[in-house]
Amino acid sequence: MLAVPADARPGNPWFSWTYVHENADTILEKLAFHAGLTARAVLIALVVAVPLAVVAYWWRPLTAPILALSSVLYTIPSLALLALVAPAVGTTRDLSVLIALVLYALLVLVRNTLAGLVQVPGPVRDAAAGMGYGRLSRLWRIELPLALPALLTGLRLATVSTVALVTIGAMIGNGGLGDLILGGFNHNFYRAEIITGTVLCVVLALLLDLLLAGLGWLLTPWTRGRRS
Amino acid sequence: MNYLSDGLVWLNDPLNWINPGGLLDRLREHLVICAWAVLMGCLVGWPLGIWLGHRGKGGGPVVVLANLTLAIPTLALLTILPLTPLGFGQLPVVVALTVFAVPPLLANAYTGVREVDPGIRDAARGMGLSGGQLLRQVELPLAVPYLAAGLRTAAVQVVATAALAAFVNGGGLGQVISAGFGIGMSNGGGGQIVAGGLVVAALALTVEAVLAGVQWLVTPRGLRTRARPGASTVV
Repeated sequence: MLAVPADARPGNPWFSWTYVHENADTILEKLAFHAGLTARAVLIALVVAVPLAVVAYWWRPLTAPILALSSVLYTIPSLALLALVAPAVGTTRDLSVLIALVLYALLVLVRNTLAGLVQVPGPVRDAAAGMGYGRLSRLWRIELPLALPALLTGLRLATVSTVALVTIGAMIGNGGLGDLILGGFNHNFYRAEIITGTVLCVVLALLLDLLLAGLGWLLTPWTRGRRS
Repeated sequence: MNYLSDGLVWLNDPLNWINPGGLLDRLREHLVICAWAVLMGCLVGWPLGIWLGHRGKGGGPVVVLANLTLAIPTLALLTILPLTPLGFGQLPVVVALTVFAVPPLLANAYTGVREVDPGIRDAARGMGLSGGQLLRQVELPLAVPYLAAGLRTAAVQVVATAALAAFVNGGGLGQVISAGFGIGMSNGGGGQIVAGGLVVAALALTVEAVLAGVQWLVTPRGLRTRARPGASTVV
């Protein structure tokens, strides 16, 4: 148990423009690192997840094992995962955090992409086959576009949770805005630093979510009329 | 692999289990914190979700709002709450974890009551059941699989998230990992970090398996083949 902060008086406000102003460089650097790490993790996960989902979709016997494995892996706590990855990879680089992040985003994306592919109606598949589409062109021209809304839902979920997860990297000093949150806690409970980190985290998550929602709106024009 | 064997060596030392602040102490702390958080989450999430589902209006925004908590880093909540009048110790940790337990409990309770077939609801009304009777005798029993699924998701999430309490000295199994990072890789911390990671992961998987069994038991036979509603999230 920790001691009660000695300076929990007006001298330690929750919000402080002076803090933000004086530390703008550090804050921006942490923010850029946070956003960059999130983007890298989600992009790598996307590149791996879509082919994996397609494999699970084409070879049905693989579907259940891949889904079961992904939900089991997903129950492993992030801190435990970081604890297992970090000693092997090294704690001085951001690679350990990146690996843990990619794994989590991967699971969400595989699950959602597969769900999207599986729910393509049978008649649609038959019609495509009847029109002479091969397996690959059917996937590319028909099944993937129809799975796109589910994929995008997964992508938004993965992105928002990745933004929140990056902060765990603060454990090994690579947490982006998490460094501010934990740093403020360790710097004699400096509230302005904690709140700045938190608010920027939530704002970043919401911005990225909106960005992806907009992207989804652009990419799936056929769903617009059906929105309630 | 070297670190993995270090971790197993660490786990094989009985002193690391029974020492004060050893694994057994941490495990007990972990379970106590989680039990309180899940209990408080149920006390908040279930009545609210059931009431909203029974009422049938205004539930959507609440569920969306509850899911937005996904964007708040656990670390932030764990760091901020001790600085509020809650003070330090296990109370703020329990409160922070409750915040993460409520969304799945609330959303599943709401969906469970909401999903009851309108025909069944009409039939119950026609038989002269009052609103309260309808809720107790028809809607709640039918919502049990959803309530169980929500409880499972929430419990696993809380057990996983409780590891982060170590960041603020809140106790629990995360403390083993955090202490390992404190010792440093080169001083033999690596083995302890891996050992802590293994134990936390094993606990999360055990809780998941036990609750999956419980959920299967409480689900009426006719409903068992249906997929589990709601997705789990771990932060």
